[in-house]
Amino acid sequence: MSNKHVISLELNGDAVEFLCEPRQTLLEVLRDILHLTGTKEGCSNGNCGACTVLFNGRPVVSCLVLAMECEDAKIRTIEGVACDGALDEIQNAFLEGAALQCGICTPGFIVQAQALLDENPNPSEDEIRFYLAGNLCRCTGYDKIVRAVQAAAEQRRAATTAG
Amino acid sequence: MAEVFWPPQGSASLLGGEHNRIDGLAKCIGSAKYAYDVVPDNMLVASALSCPHAHATIRAIDLNAARNMAGVVAVEPLKKEGDEIRWEGDLVAVVAGETEAAVAEGLAAIKIEYEVLDHFVDDTDLDAATEANVTRPAGRNTQLQNRDEDADQEFERLFNEAAVTFEGHYGINVITHMCLETHGSTCESQGDKLVSHLSTQNVSGTPGQIAGPIGLTAQDVTVHCDYIGGGFGSKFAADAWGVTCAQLARNTGRPVKYMLTRSQELKNAGNRPSGFLRAKIAADKDGFVTAWDSAHWGTNGTSGAPVSQGVIPYVFNPPNRRRVATGIRTNTSPARAWRAPNHPQGCAITQTAYDDVARHLGLDSYDVFLRNLSTVGERAPIYEDQMKLAAKLMDWKAKWHPHGKGGQDGSVVSGLGMAIHTWGGGPHASRATCKIHPDGGVEIFLGSQDLGTGTRTVIGLVVAETLGLELEQVSVQIGLSEYPSSGPSGGSTTVGGVSESTRRAATAALNLLLTKVAPRLEADANQLEAVGGKIQIQGNQNRNISWKEACGQIGISPIEAQGEYAPRVTYPRNYDGKRLTDNGVAGVQMAEVAVDTETGVVKMKKFVAVQDIGLIINRKTARSQIYGAAIMGIAYALFEERIMDKATGAFVNAELADYKLPRLGDTGEIVVELYEPESEYNRGVIGLGEPPVISPGAAISNAVCNALGKRVSVLPITPQRVLEAISGGA
Ligand code: FES
Ligand code: FES
Repeated sequence: MSNKHVISLELNGDAVEFLCEPRQTLLEVLRDILHLTGTKEGCSNGNCGACTVLFNGRPVVSCLVLAMECEDAKIRTIEGVACDGALDEIQNAFLEGAALQCGICTPGFIVQAQALLDENPNPSEDEIRFYLAGNLCRCTGYDKIVRAVQAAAEQRRAATTAG
Repeated sequence: MAEVFWPPQGSASLLGGEHNRIDGLAKCIGSAKYAYDVVPDNMLVASALSCPHAHATIRAIDLNAARNMAGVVAVEPLKKEGDEIRWEGDLVAVVAGETEAAVAEGLAAIKIEYEVLDHFVDDTDLDAATEANVTRPAGRNTQLQNRDEDADQEFERLFNEAAVTFEGHYGINVITHMCLETHGSTCESQGDKLVSHLSTQNVSGTPGQIAGPIGLTAQDVTVHCDYIGGGFGSKFAADAWGVTCAQLARNTGRPVKYMLTRSQELKNAGNRPSGFLRAKIAADKDGFVTAWDSAHWGTNGTSGAPVSQGVIPYVFNPPNRRRVATGIRTNTSPARAWRAPNHPQGCAITQTAYDDVARHLGLDSYDVFLRNLSTVGERAPIYEDQMKLAAKLMDWKAKWHPHGKGGQDGSVVSGLGMAIHTWGGGPHASRATCKIHPDGGVEIFLGSQDLGTGTRTVIGLVVAETLGLELEQVSVQIGLSEYPSSGPSGGSTTVGGVSESTRRAATAALNLLLTKVAPRLEADANQLEAVGGKIQIQGNQNRNISWKEACGQIGISPIEAQGEYAPRVTYPRNYDGKRLTDNGVAGVQMAEVAVDTETGVVKMKKFVAVQDIGLIINRKTARSQIYGAAIMGIAYALFEERIMDKATGAFVNAELADYKLPRLGDTGEIVVELYEPESEYNRGVIGLGEPPVISPGAAISNAVCNALGKRVSVLPITPQRVLEAISGGA
């Protein structure tokens, strides 16, 4: 136990503390220690995007981030995307647009799209394709994912204008 | 009483509509639990050691140091002294420990002495394989119009008399399944029982596979799989890793999670055989193929079987045909069923040759395909119809130019290509139990699984349609081997199997309910129907009771009814009787590409897929399947391949960093069209998973060839192969 460290951070809006070894990745801690298994593992070397989370608002592949680097960070995972029990526009658009099949890549795509729309509320199709190029899907057909992100962006813009 | 057959086209309330997946929400919020998401308390993690040699025998194996490492709880050998290793990456021993770090140290402490043997991994070169003595004959067969003639002489005559004769070389490399969730399980031992949370396409069929080797019987093992992160034909068996995980859980008395690493997955858990072909082809001036003489070869791993002869040439059946098949034994892991086994390869290595007929004659490929439809059998009119539809969606006639004769935009040339395919998709055996509760609740149980194809939603829709309810009112219970057994999900057999057993179970349950309700409505049960959340006298909306009230008549025990489908002979194509499911589809796909002749990069511009699938239960998920298949097709046409190093016998790109797959920017516009005239609807439900993944390789290769005027012989069409084709003669 001696080589374990206490890390404190904000996870999906809540203060969280955990013990981890220096070699453990954020992905491992999320899944195995904190039991937040919505963040998926597809390769563990930064090439599939299934493990994407937001680190201080920026998307990172959590398999390449050491848990110890997360002290005081604000982390948001797929479990923290829906707020107050209501689906986020992106989640809703993935659901309505059938932009998922087996669903194992879906959390990574949704979190990455979240970062895109936070950064650029009105992305062009090319910008969407470029921004999500690090995320891999083996079964769905990327087409529907692009359409879902477009639909979500539109819905968000409409909500902002209305609000 | 309720009729078991489907309502006529256009009269169903839910079938054929656009429905969201009932499990989509769980997948979007991260609550869907896959095998590797199950984290029981006190769980051990396990991982395997792989052999670094492509061919070797184990001289000595010493696990003691590993067993004594801190944090290591158990070590299981998978191989013993004297065993032969026949491919690089084969698994040798498994370590279970408290943490991943402890397991990694345990694996590093295993000592193995190998005697390294000669290996052979090159499946592309038939002459080299023959010389290395690793080939085996895999059949030859000849069909001649003039049956009594000598084959050699007859082929010579046909080639001499033809308007065009040419020789071609075509190929498609091995690819892997690349399930984003690797193979594996989390197992929990509970006394004499064992629960395996297994990533599987075969919930009902795997308990027995696990039980025997660990000294239990099938009824003591429960397999559970609510969600699976991809299978594509590679996850039918419990596999050595599934059994070892169960054994470790039994031996240690603690839950164990054992998933393959990405590299182990690619090296052990499934690949699709390669196919290479040399053919001499003769055609008349209209492009009708009069003679086909081919030799093909390829590998499926250590046993050395090539692509089946039945798909050479694919769909078309020329009047004179000779084919010789040879398998190559390689030091590579055994192939597994990959979406539509044999068909994508058959299509890719032969419909490219049909396109070359057009190239050599300066004809429109569309016309050559059309001209040869007379050899495809009874489905010819459907192909013709689908070709028209696809051509319209692609704007084929306006865009077409003869091979290599389109304009050039800087260094970029564009082209069109097409291909056609067929598949069975008939139902597997399936049983279902439907329960209607006195409070109005409805449950359906099947030992089936949802690979992401939408099976869960399809089952729910069939029950809701049958009982006149909304989809949300039905609770669908699948993914557990304790439920009534249903077949493995592969070969596009699931949707037919589960919809037939479900329809039968729900109809039987409804008929029991109608009998109970009849006295309340002062009617005969035969006069009643379930529509719009009510039970009513047929066609008379005024005499009804609500669903809830009707269920109040059930008494204290729920109604429970079974439905079963056992495979039967295929209906003949002209069968016009009623049926719930059928077998056999056609499909046409067209591709438009742009090729940069300086860099060799191929860009997808547009892809059109026209597909018939009988009666469609959920339009949204049906379309989604076709989009996915098109992209998997683009993947093997342009990007992915297993690369074996001849010198070391190693699979050198067995990581996602090196194994190229298309990303969002690589797929272009995709147009999906469901072909559904009434005649197809009336055939009932037919599976869809395989057919749309068959044609992309040939269609895209043909488009590249149309752009360049030269054939890039082997898929995937990488920039390097494009540049070689441009600088070569072909
Ligand atoms: S698991 Fe992190 S990128 Fe694949
Ligand atoms: S939905 Fe299966 S990997 Fe994307």
